[in-house]
Amino acid sequence: MEIEDKILEMLVSVIEEASTTMPSDVVDALKKAYEKEDNPVAKKQLEAILKNIELAGKSRAPICQDTGTPYFYVKLGEEFPVKSKIYEIIQQAIREATRRIPLRPNAVDPFYERNSGDNTGRFIPWVEVEVVPGNKLEVAFVAKGGGSEAPSTLVMATPLEARKKLWETILGTIVEAGPKPCPPIIIGVGIGAGSDIAMSLAKKAAVLREVGSRHPDPKVAELEEKLLEAVNSLKIGPHGFGGAVTALDLHIEYSHRHPATYAIAVSVACWALRRAKAVMESDGSWKFLDRR
Amino acid sequence: MNTSSQIYRLRTPISEEEIRRLRIGDIVYLDGILVGARDAAHKKALSLLERGEKLPIELEGLALYHVGPVVKKKDTGEWEVIAAGPTTSARMESVEADFIEKTRVRMVVGKGGMGPRTAEACRKYGAVYAVFTGGAAVLAASAIKRVVDVYWLEELGMAEALWVFEVENFGPLTVVIDSSGRNYYSEVLAKARETMESILSKEPWRED
Repeated sequence: MEIEDKILEMLVSVIEEASTTMPSDVVDALKKAYEKEDNPVAKKQLEAILKNIELAGKSRAPICQDTGTPYFYVKLGEEFPVKSKIYEIIQQAIREATRRIPLRPNAVDPFYERNSGDNTGRFIPWVEVEVVPGNKLEVAFVAKGGGSEAPSTLVMATPLEARKKLWETILGTIVEAGPKPCPPIIIGVGIGAGSDIAMSLAKKAAVLREVGSRHPDPKVAELEEKLLEAVNSLKIGPHGFGGAVTALDLHIEYSHRHPATYAIAVSVACWALRRAKAVMESDGSWKFLDRR
Repeated sequence: MNTSSQIYRLRTPISEEEIRRLRIGDIVYLDGILVGARDAAHKKALSLLERGEKLPIELEGLALYHVGPVVKKKDTGEWEVIAAGPTTSARMESVEADFIEKTRVRMVVGKGGMGPRTAEACRKYGAVYAVFTGGAAVLAASAIKRVVDVYWLEELGMAEALWVFEVENFGPLTVVIDSSGRNYYSEVLAKARETMESILSKEPWRED
């Protein structure tokens, strides 16, 4: 088998795994939330969530009927044998996975209101490629649901008021969203020099970082913990029924900012975080990174 | 919020008396007919009713489900429901009160909550709004025993068609708006807002 065929096979498997099973870190957090929850109505939601994950895994069916917008985050080793062809293989993989699993076709032309039918379209799937040293290909696939995309927030704060705005923006976004993004959610906060930088970092903080992990900078890590505690003290709870766990985690990511700019972005992932990461060696052998 | 949550098993058609017994926080498991309709099917149904025409299925006493399912046609020609979790109900807020009034559905099922106009229609006509755990699409599909019928499929597409499902033990459905007009989510969010104000008033950013 050619290496290109092996990449295609890996990508289809990664999409299938992400759409029908959950990453171990998220499942562990949901189980912990179930143990902790003492509001019976909220606990019932977590019970349904865990049961759903089990059923989806057994029948290899999509966890949620909104099978999301496909995002690919690629780390391409500079010595890996395939380079720009990766874009084409990704397109092929999403078409194949849409047919095989099946996935709901979610790519709609915003002007003609036509659904492409196979989850491909202009800039869809969204692909970000980073060239890195080495000879490996690392891929993270995320299927991002529509409901949890709705509360995304961007605030261009003035530097003098930024810390206050940070607290107000995060808590305000979560209260405004309430039950709509399917809590318990995972919150990503991005801080940066430009609106797009903050938004992009926020999205990655929500969907790519492992639930339960803290930022390597102790000051940022401490703020993550404080904000997470504040969010959970709001008692919106699983599906908005007033329980203890509104967010499974809160991650902050930042870039250096411009002296005049302090962009703050909030991105939200629903409990059904459809993400799978895999790595391929240059000989075509590969394995999952976020599955047990 | 509700410590006296009761669990009910209901079969369609549901009577007004049965529905008026339900309180916010109660959990229902449903048997019988559940009709799937989201944005476009609401619009089409209401325009037919306004013109004095009949809907392809009589909805009185039945349950309505905000859903855009993933469905596959088997080789035998039968439909297989693969994933059928709820979609965001708020998009139907502008038309749901009208829909309840004109069809007399007893139960509206979705996710994320609905607003005061729907709550008023629930109070007036004896209906409830209940939530199926969002994202739990395979659990929902496993309680759908068969597709009885589907209407407007060619015109509106798979996600937007009017689906008639036969369900068994479909749930948990948690009552968010009851027929007294109480709204579970409004109460949770009012408290959350108070808590937020109290946190922010302590200016926690001063320690950051």
